[in-house]
Amino acid sequence: MRAAIVVFPGINRERDMAIALELSTGHKPRMVWHKETSLDGVDLVVLPGGFSYGDYLRCGAMAAHSPVMAAIKAHAERGGYVLGVCNGFQIITEAGLLPGALLRNASLRFLSMDCMLRVERADTAFTGHYAQGEVFRAPMAHGDGNYTASPEDLDRLEGEGLVAFRYAEADGALTSAANRNGSARNIAGIFSPNLRVLGLMPHPEDLVDPLMGGTDGKKLFDGLAAALAA
Amino acid sequence: MKAIVTVMLKNGVLDPQGKAIGHALATLGFAGVGEVRVGKRIELELAETDPAAARTAAESMARSLLANLVIESFSVEIV
Repeated sequence: MRAAIVVFPGINRERDMAIALELSTGHKPRMVWHKETSLDGVDLVVLPGGFSYGDYLRCGAMAAHSPVMAAIKAHAERGGYVLGVCNGFQIITEAGLLPGALLRNASLRFLSMDCMLRVERADTAFTGHYAQGEVFRAPMAHGDGNYTASPEDLDRLEGEGLVAFRYAEADGALTSAANRNGSARNIAGIFSPNLRVLGLMPHPEDLVDPLMGGTDGKKLFDGLAAALAA
Repeated sequence: MKAIVTVMLKNGVLDPQGKAIGHALATLGFAGVGEVRVGKRIELELAETDPAAARTAAESMARSLLANLVIESFSVEIV
């Protein structure tokens, strides 16, 4: 699998992402500066977390119009894989690659803590090494992670099985206490209709080594590496 | 010519900042404050001299960047 990580000014999680990808794939991902316009030969494009352009105007709004985005959209239209984490999720919703938007956390607090995620389907390249309904731990660190979309879009996401992860209790129960940022229907991550674009707020890349305190997130990258091994 | 673009969260979209400000005002003793909504005001200095064309341009800018129409609505004033 050839992976690329897009580097926007102001992001800060690209090296965590590189560590996670290299651990699972055995290859260093290519770092792509936001002014580059070609993603030729890349299987997976990752938009990492951080604060692109200082979160000016809206989180992800500026990055969504940067030069590399045309190449990312073309890559997605070709059926390429895209992973957006945290600010990366905000950027791909702003760019229209996934529906909805991320509002300020309902509590108005910046949330820097672990959350539990329930895997809604395991038959995708991103979730193939998890089991459906499995709950795993993931760190989160965001001020604007409150997922929202129109009721029609939410119904469509659920009806078409495009919800990837939900905030849950350790036993899988969907409670408002587990949904710290106030996201609609406990949604933490969503897929595109072809299941090749995934956006999520929490950071599976930050739990991929026992030294980090756990390996709950490693299955996402191992699954990707296996699915895209060809 | 100047265009003033006001961007607000859509009606029905939870505005936690507005809520917090409302609570703070009540704490300060300001009575009778109902719902509080927070938005953005963006002032654009435009080279355009025709008001109608300036409005069209500002609306186009609002739709492509200044507002996220999933969660926000906007209005344009030409001054």
